[in-house]
Amino acid sequence: MIDVLAPLPVLLPLLGAAGALLVSGHPTFQRTLSTVVLTAVLAVSVVLLIMADADGASAVSVGGWPVPLGIVLVVDRLSALMLVVASTVALGVLLFAVGQGSADGDEGTPVSIFHPTFLVLVAGVGNAFLAGDLFNLYVGFEILLMASYVLLTLGGTAARIRGGITYIVVSLTSSLVFLAAIGLVYAATGTVNLAQLAVRLGELPEGTQVLLQSMLLIAFGIKAAVFPLSAWLPDSYPTAPAPVTAVFAGLLTKVGVYAIIRTQTLLFPGGALDDLLLWAALATMLVGILGAVAQSDLRRMLSFTLVSHIGYMVFGIALGTAAGLAGAVFYVAHHIAIQTTLFLVAGLVERQGGTTSINKLGGLARRSPLLAVLFFVPAMNLAGIPPLSGFIGKLGLLQAGVADGSAGASTLVAGGVLTSLLTLLAVARVWTRAFWRSPNQSPAEDTAGAAAADAVLRRRAGSADGAGSPDGTSSPDGPARTALQDAWRRHTAVATASEPDLPPAAGAVRALRPLPRTMVGATAALVALTVALTGLAGPLYGLADRASTDLLERTPYVSSVFGEGEVP
Amino acid sequence: MTPTIVLPVMIGGLYAAGVYLLLDRSLTRVLLGFLLLGNATNLLLLSTGGPAGLAPILGYSEPEAFNDPLPQALILTAIVITFGVAAFLLAMIHRSWRLARNEAVGTDEEDRRVAARRGTDADELDPDDLAPEDRAAMHADSRAADADELVDDVGLPTGSGAR
Repeated sequence: MIDVLAPLPVLLPLLGAAGALLVSGHPTFQRTLSTVVLTAVLAVSVVLLIMADADGASAVSVGGWPVPLGIVLVVDRLSALMLVVASTVALGVLLFAVGQGSADGDEGTPVSIFHPTFLVLVAGVGNAFLAGDLFNLYVGFEILLMASYVLLTLGGTAARIRGGITYIVVSLTSSLVFLAAIGLVYAATGTVNLAQLAVRLGELPEGTQVLLQSMLLIAFGIKAAVFPLSAWLPDSYPTAPAPVTAVFAGLLTKVGVYAIIRTQTLLFPGGALDDLLLWAALATMLVGILGAVAQSDLRRMLSFTLVSHIGYMVFGIALGTAAGLAGAVFYVAHHIAIQTTLFLVAGLVERQGGTTSINKLGGLARRSPLLAVLFFVPAMNLAGIPPLSGFIGKLGLLQAGVADGSAGASTLVAGGVLTSLLTLLAVARVWTRAFWRSPNQSPAEDTAGAAAADAVLRRRAGSADGAGSPDGTSSPDGPARTALQDAWRRHTAVATASEPDLPPAAGAVRALRPLPRTMVGATAALVALTVALTGLAGPLYGLADRASTDLLERTPYVSSVFGEGEVP
Repeated sequence: MTPTIVLPVMIGGLYAAGVYLLLDRSLTRVLLGFLLLGNATNLLLLSTGGPAGLAPILGYSEPEAFNDPLPQALILTAIVITFGVAAFLLAMIHRSWRLARNEAVGTDEEDRRVAARRGTDADELDPDDLAPEDRAAMHADSRAADADELVDDVGLPTGSGAR
């Protein structure tokens, strides 16, 4: 049973991508095909998770070669859980993209490319989660990166090319570091099989171990955007189309975090670099969130919080205890869902308000209450307001930090609380400006009125200096005059913040396009999922607990690959 | 056979040149740097196979004399990936040239804007903290005087804004 199921999360999307490319002339068929494929992947992942949770880890030799020679796929609790969460958000994002595509009549973006590439991306993510050897992990990374290059530069506008080039060059560098690390690992141990490495790496001299470990951590740290290797992320993510940014934010960095978890628990369980990771986690949290507070663009703000919250996961990993790892695993699952949802909401905001700059937006709560709810719930969840899942994840991590008790862990606990508060500040700023203030309080419109009034003053000054026209020929008349009076009244109303029932400026309230139902539906479904994560937090945390116990014991993983017998 | 010094020296030289080129702002140089780094890594993988041996083909020679075939398989995969990515990067550089007649790494404008911003946003400033001449035109604090002037012009009722 597992022999058939385990390769499917990789195979199905790849075959689906080929199919989607073949039918690229028939958009409806293509959409249906990719939706069906991703639904099937989700179903398979759920079955895998149930099986992995019941029976523990199991391994499949692809191609039938004996174990240390061929490629193995390993399904344990961690990878199955990651698969389920990843395929769920991938499905949500796909539905959002389908809604966007059909609403826009597929103009501008070549959707015939989007669907196949998106499926390849999902295949790469699945391959990275299931990979049982280091080189297959590299191949998984390359598959998903290759797809992400295409998705990020979709349409090829100047902004996307600029952001995309940064992203590609940085990703390439990390891939090369990873590949060099694989070469060195192979030279030192003679194998790239993770389970075999788990045994053999421990026999190496300590200096060699630290070198290999730090090379792997640098490679994965770039992918996971751990400070100081995180500067590329807020630069390149915000330029992409909304569904693409959403899926990148949710999945790509988390694949890096997953690889860090594997490195730290399975390959190098000694905890040699734990202190370094701990401080990196603190810097990631604080630098990321301070960046987020400074931003005035919704998407860039979200990109910075993404970087910041990676710090929480690294914190849990660096603690190296069962409680810390469980917190990190739970937080990864929570954060994949929450960050994807927020980026989708940002896409809806851009659609509704015409911009993502929070200085230009205003009055969204009144204009579109549903959108306000869709933003508010995940935003509070991100900030960690009880009883939502963000609070539970942070609480678990902080408890693990307190239980650890060392000076470093205590500093991290303080840093984590501070980051949580600053996250609240960042999302509250967005809320008060983009959603809460009344539309005619938005400075863009205010400036228009003030500029009109200014023009009058300037003209008056000019006429006083000149020949002088005392009979008021300089004052406008007719419709222009009415417009000026309106502008002035509106401006003073803004200044005094009274008279809420003034007529809005002409053109201040744009004719709103109703948001496409599929897009709102997909976003709402993901918001419901994040709320459901709160309801299911008990079972999920239990699962994370069992997964982290497996990770620390290491034997379930190794013996699933080699059987209970002696490891070669 | 004994391992030679040639391979490590070549790998080191390629890495050095590659990193140097990668740090350039010109994209063509970045691409060349990436290609050099890729080749250096492939040579590194090759050198992990140990000293040179015979081709690992069954029946061609004794298994003891074989070279390790696994690094070569890894290199083949890596070459294919490097090739694909290099082609994509080249297409991006071409696109960048077509769009902007420029093949240098662009600046993140929004980032510059945020960095150049003084202190807080304009609407967070307290106008009382500013000198009168620094206040935004027509700000609330000066509205009474402004309104009087405006009244002359557009004939608004006096004090419409003063509450």
